[in-house]
Amino acid sequence: MTLAAIPPWIMLLVAPFVVLNVVIGMVTYITLLERKFAARMQSRIGPYRVGPHGLLQPIADALKLMMKEDIVPAAADRRIYNLAPIVFLIPCMLIFATIPFAPGLGVGDVNIGILFFLAVSAMEIVGLFMAGWGSNNKYALLSAMRAVNQIISYDLPFIFSALVPVLLTGSLRMSDIAAAQQGSLLKWFIFYPVIGQLSFIMFIVSTLAAENRVPFDILEAESELVAGFRVEYSGMKFALIQLGEYAHMIGSSFLGALLFMGAWSGPGPEYLGPIWFTLKAVFLFLVVTWIRWSFVRIRVDQILALSWKALLPATLALLISTAAVVVWRSGGF
Amino acid sequence: MTADQARSSIAATFGVEVTAAVPMVVTVAPDRWEELARFAKDTLGCRFFSFLTAVDWKEQGLEVVVKVDNLDDNVALLLKTRLGPGVSACASLTPVYRGANWMERECFDMFGIHFDGHPDLRRILLEDTWVGHPLLKSYAVDTPHPPYR
Amino acid sequence: MDWSGPERLQMNMGPQHPSAHGVFRAIVTLEGETVVAVDAVIGYLHRCHEKLSETLTYAQYPSIASKTDYVAAMTSEFAYVMAAEEIGKFEVPKRAQYLRVIVAELQRIASHLLWLGTWCMDMGGALGGGATIFLYCIRERELVLDLFEALVGARLLYGFFQVGGTRYDIPDGWAQKCRETIDLIEGRIDEYEQMLERNAFFLARAKGVGIVSRELAQDVGIAGPLLRGSGIDYDLRRNAPYSSYQDFDFRVPTEKDGDCFARYRVRMAEFREAITIIRQALDKLPSGPISSRPALKSVAQIRIPKGEAYARVEGPRGEVGSYIISDGSAKPYRMKWRGASFSNLAILPLIIPGHKVADVVAIMGSVDPVFGEVDR
Repeated sequence: MTLAAIPPWIMLLVAPFVVLNVVIGMVTYITLLERKFAARMQSRIGPYRVGPHGLLQPIADALKLMMKEDIVPAAADRRIYNLAPIVFLIPCMLIFATIPFAPGLGVGDVNIGILFFLAVSAMEIVGLFMAGWGSNNKYALLSAMRAVNQIISYDLPFIFSALVPVLLTGSLRMSDIAAAQQGSLLKWFIFYPVIGQLSFIMFIVSTLAAENRVPFDILEAESELVAGFRVEYSGMKFALIQLGEYAHMIGSSFLGALLFMGAWSGPGPEYLGPIWFTLKAVFLFLVVTWIRWSFVRIRVDQILALSWKALLPATLALLISTAAVVVWRSGGF
Repeated sequence: MTADQARSSIAATFGVEVTAAVPMVVTVAPDRWEELARFAKDTLGCRFFSFLTAVDWKEQGLEVVVKVDNLDDNVALLLKTRLGPGVSACASLTPVYRGANWMERECFDMFGIHFDGHPDLRRILLEDTWVGHPLLKSYAVDTPHPPYR
Repeated sequence: MDWSGPERLQMNMGPQHPSAHGVFRAIVTLEGETVVAVDAVIGYLHRCHEKLSETLTYAQYPSIASKTDYVAAMTSEFAYVMAAEEIGKFEVPKRAQYLRVIVAELQRIASHLLWLGTWCMDMGGALGGGATIFLYCIRERELVLDLFEALVGARLLYGFFQVGGTRYDIPDGWAQKCRETIDLIEGRIDEYEQMLERNAFFLARAKGVGIVSRELAQDVGIAGPLLRGSGIDYDLRRNAPYSSYQDFDFRVPTEKDGDCFARYRVRMAEFREAITIIRQALDKLPSGPISSRPALKSVAQIRIPKGEAYARVEGPRGEVGSYIISDGSAKPYRMKWRGASFSNLAILPLIIPGHKVADVVAIMGSVDPVFGEVDR
């Protein structure tokens, strides 16, 4: 029974449910993966006691967070404070709606897939700022101001570097971009001479910044702002914010794997496609984690200088040269 | 400026005897306190401000002690002044050495010495509402612990 | 003081803060992201050591003295014991002097390892690259603390010094273990330097930040790596040698720029010099008694004649000094601790204004205060 034989209304009901649950399950276990990975980098072991080799640790953490007392600061703006984690979480989950996990297997495959992804993922700023503002706390406010600055500055290079594979494919639809990389390893856009590598690197850097990961994590700069915009959240609301952050992280990894590493292409039969896709996304996640645990963070003015003075002109130039290469390749000149 | 030159120039300017130990001890009257500090910094080149403290000599009153160093010529000076019995005010050395700022606040906190000319004299180690000055010999003598002498 | 003005925000980097290095409160006035004024509030760890020392004998106090600078406990005891010996004119045997030097330099290595770890953690976050370096440095520091445990029995706060010499002698095999440890640490210091100095982010955070001019350094009275990082070539171990430091051959690293990176380079060079000194001291360790006074039980009385003395030691943070006025009895009449961190911390309100919020923690980390010494 092929995927095309399933009636579309079943797909519409079942697919989002399945994708959402898989994503949440994956996010919880990706935290364990990060902790183990970081621990090995720091010559220690990481979670070990809860369950065999710490495998039940995320479950224990989730249970703990659910049982915690829900504290709302007395002077906080209650409606905004309570709404912020939800407004933060929804875009982070919505980005999975356009990602095709296999040809035809996905929640929805709009023909402006990339645009939808990038636009929706930028909407988390609203939730972030609401959290910082509603907490009525100077640290949170400072962090929220920095957040808006940073994410807006880095969304532009993020979009431009993500547009390079779009130009190379000629379509905004995600499954088209993935399909253009099928066939052989060398068709992956990361192996496209010069342009592929450069845009991949810029994509990684922009992702780091858009995700508030060290070296760009001034938002939650723990040693200065003590958890930044989420300093006043506890219990389930904190869990929602964490969930949203890691979901966004893994969503960007999926996007990167799709744009640059051929999505579901891999040896073996076709039904192994989603597994290869997931493995590539996890690999990208580990690359970002590796960077995170090796560098110190840089100051906010240095971050903004890097974005506006270096990354934005570079990605613009790359985009224009990609366009020129595409035209030349198709014999336009 | 060797140690001997420093001793003779202090003796000439202030008319007091300077000991030959390391560090050299100079005792002057309180009214020439700031002048001595300025002399040490400008003429003798003792630009390194080490510490400022006080000693409670009970009936004889308080004494303020300052140590300054000349790092290049290896000259060390211990400047002392005896505020009289019952006197707890002294000129501030903050205009001369910026390091005296926190040290004088600590002296005020611990001994109750008021430094005239200090820009921001308030308690530094104890909280602002504390009553009493702990390092005075008359503080907390009625505690059950071994008596303070 | 009133720093109010248009668009100014007063923020409290309070005593409970992941990077306060202890209990320290900085009331920071911000204009946007730039710091305009810093009011440093200290005294959360004040235990009035100076009053306490008037109730304890010269034999009892050295164990308490370690609690001022609890990260480099050996140097605090060293200063107190040297001052008492100077007044009482006690001779310290050569072996004891060499042991004191070995222990002081090992303590310098341990303290600088902690400084490096916590400074990078302040700059990089406890969930980031800083924590990685922090864990590596703590791993090395544990090796040094194991040496101290074999020697004294305690890991952090020792009672190693006594008036007249030291209390313990080195056990068998300790010298060999010590050599192996410092060889290992020397290799690891190279790794840390590589990891940090080739990192553009680290350089961007540390260079040009927190510049202390030569004149300000002397005026405020900061000492140690801060002074040497600003270009003043002054080290007590060479300029005013004590406890046989003149027998050893070592360089004094100095840097001219006065920023955080210069202080970092001075401390990294001090690692190597400390290792050189330990090697020389272990090679030339003479035999003999370890104390010129009989072995003490803790309440024994040492009577020191009337007099006063100021003894100073080059600790990892600067000049730790002890000014004792004795009145002929078994307890001091007045004891003043010249805490290195107290003088060093006084420079913060003078150099931080003009920097960004993120630089406050970087500068504080490079000043390396220990609040036991600041508050006493």
